[in-house]
Amino acid sequence: MAQAFFGGVHPHDMKAATNEKAIEQLAPPAEVVIPMSMHFGAPCAPLVKAGDHVKVGQKIGEFRGLGAPIHASVSGTVKAVEPRPYSMGGNMTAIVIENDMKNELSEEIKAPANPSALTVEEMVEIVKEAGIVGMGGATFPTHVKISGGIGKVDTVIINGAECEPYITGDHRAMLERPEEVIGGAIYLAKMFGVDKVVIGVEDNKRDGIDAMNRVIAEKHAPVVVEPLRCRYPQGGEKQLCQAVTGKQVPPGGLPSAIGCAVFNINTTCAIYRAITQGMPVVTKVVTVSGSGVIDPKNLECPIGTPVANLLDACGGLKDGTYKLIAGGPMMGMAQYTADIPVAKGTGAVLAFCENEEQTVEHPQCIRCGKCVSVCPVKLEPLFMYQYASKGMTEELNAANIMDCMECGACSYICPARIHLTHMFKTGKQLVKDKAAADKAAAEKAAALADKTQKKEA
Amino acid sequence: MTDYKNLKLIATSSPHIRAAENTRSIMLDVIIAMLPALVYAVWAFGLRALTVTCASVIFCMAWEWVYRKLMKKNQAVGDLSAVVTGMLLAFVCPVGVTYFALFVGSFFSIVVAKQLFGGIGKNFVNPALVGRAMMVASFAGNMTTWAKFQATSHLFGSNADTVTAATPMAYLHTNNLQGLLDSGVTMTDMFLGRIGGSIGEISALMLIAGGIYLLARKVISWQTPVGYIATVVVLTLIFPRGNDAITWMLFNLLGGGLLLGAFFMATDYATSPVTPTGQLIYGIGCGLITIFIRYFGSYNEGVCYSILVMNLLTALIDKYVKPQRFGVVKSDKKEAASK
Repeated sequence: MAQAFFGGVHPHDMKAATNEKAIEQLAPPAEVVIPMSMHFGAPCAPLVKAGDHVKVGQKIGEFRGLGAPIHASVSGTVKAVEPRPYSMGGNMTAIVIENDMKNELSEEIKAPANPSALTVEEMVEIVKEAGIVGMGGATFPTHVKISGGIGKVDTVIINGAECEPYITGDHRAMLERPEEVIGGAIYLAKMFGVDKVVIGVEDNKRDGIDAMNRVIAEKHAPVVVEPLRCRYPQGGEKQLCQAVTGKQVPPGGLPSAIGCAVFNINTTCAIYRAITQGMPVVTKVVTVSGSGVIDPKNLECPIGTPVANLLDACGGLKDGTYKLIAGGPMMGMAQYTADIPVAKGTGAVLAFCENEEQTVEHPQCIRCGKCVSVCPVKLEPLFMYQYASKGMTEELNAANIMDCMECGACSYICPARIHLTHMFKTGKQLVKDKAAADKAAAEKAAALADKTQKKEA
Repeated sequence: MTDYKNLKLIATSSPHIRAAENTRSIMLDVIIAMLPALVYAVWAFGLRALTVTCASVIFCMAWEWVYRKLMKKNQAVGDLSAVVTGMLLAFVCPVGVTYFALFVGSFFSIVVAKQLFGGIGKNFVNPALVGRAMMVASFAGNMTTWAKFQATSHLFGSNADTVTAATPMAYLHTNNLQGLLDSGVTMTDMFLGRIGGSIGEISALMLIAGGIYLLARKVISWQTPVGYIATVVVLTLIFPRGNDAITWMLFNLLGGGLLLGAFFMATDYATSPVTPTGQLIYGIGCGLITIFIRYFGSYNEGVCYSILVMNLLTALIDKYVKPQRFGVVKSDKKEAASK
């Protein structure tokens, strides 16, 4: 039975704008801009150069170390390989492809003859080559999560919480593609060697739960759908583990430490498509919504589609739009330009033109303690804020600031409207910088001691 | 179509949405929660209860405005916290309190206790109670003359001719429960507030109504008032003065400023701990000191000073009572300790 995670808030879910709208295919864009960093880890190295002809699904970026490969999402000619603005802020090397509108499929894509006969290693290899990353926004390479978890994991959890307001991409996938979700879940069960997969879904998606239950019954799949009480940040990996199993992931640890592995709904769909059709990640379901959008929609588009194309398909922006967000309103990144492409982790594009942010000029903490009570990892944001604003790194460390996952619950609830989460991002960097500086100083001192020793000898 | 090149976008850190509740709305909730007690006070003590409360509110807002103006700080009267302080200050005074005494008391509340330490959220003792403590010390006679229930008092000028009476707390302080009962005060009188006392403290019913409103609106959490009241209940039951422990307990519970203190004063955000466990400890501490003063002190009433003392311990409680870190289960901690 589903349990509760600690803390959390209840923002208005705002999903009514799009949760009854089927996923639409966006008209093919004339040009796509594919950034070489759409995953957690180092950016990919481009495999093509300007003038090359590419086809859909062709690998155009190879990863080094931690990462996932990147594929062409349209067929056409590479126009440029150059730095372009992207959703994580700043510029990133990107491959710009002019769409020839032929939608030619690459020869590299071959559907396995008999998907059910694949070994675990073969399946993990397919997931890796398909460039699958966590589609919920964290973009952690899925193949790393699977290979790192095999043997340790006894509970595979599919994350259908979709707790961020506005976003409905996972909800629509459950409704319209339940066989992909359940199929992907079955392959995950095989890879991990577990006999049961749990899908955690917030109970504001009853129809999605019913749709998946129908497929589970048809296929006699070893999958259970667990309805969860709506609360943000239910979809946080550690929170979902706690809600489903009652266990807590240790500080700094991964869910595999308590035998869990968590995969997003659309990641699961991508695994299914990769294993059954050999299709890498070349499209993304994006919810375009918010008060600044004229006609909110769920759109499926090639990776690299300029955000402006999506907004145009939704009737454009209202006058007075002051904020454009890639991702949800709680954790998404505010953009300084609309000139960014859709990446693998872009689950939503939101535009705001009303007073959503409610900024005040002189925020003053009233010590109400609401931030303490909503923190899902049991921190004391009001004290951390003071330490961070004064640069007190030791106190920050002692207050466990590194446990903060920047979910934004404290800032959301703060009646004084203090920018707590923002300060913790800065504070975490301070702690990291201090640790690095200390380490460098210690090394220098050791080297010096070494030198003097040698001299004396 | 939209001109995407010329959008005026603000790029701030997440989250990009905020809850509707803000400082002002919280203060407004506290004011609403105090209104039943105020309305009742006007019925019990006449219109002077209202004019005194209004004067106190106006003084508090004026001191806040003047101080921040002189210090060239941004004006914050709009957050309504000074209104709450003003109402609370009037609530803990007898209806015959002079306007001048309130003028002085509100200075200590707002300027000395609150603004000198940085304003809202920075004060470490409850402003209204600091004001009251100063007024008791400076205007002792005026602050301990209690109008009889439904005695008439003049809006302005001397109230020397107002009929006065000992409050139930005076009887209880001399362990004279029988004397109080003999004077004709019943349990119903105590509960409804047909007794003498400070403006805002007499009606237990109205205070409980306000407290429930605050709890329902999640303005306050249950830990402080429950810890406070339960401690008083348990101690008075274990150590009754007189034959009837239950009656003694209930009179202690309903008499004096206990309910006003437990729901409206001890729960003050700035001066109480931030963790639930801390709030429970703090509430229990308030209860202990209240009973200590009521039993052994020379004052009739212990609520004001008990809360002030616990205010001073809040920083200490917050330092040592921390939430259990996420992912560190209690058994792990023991294991680590044993290693």
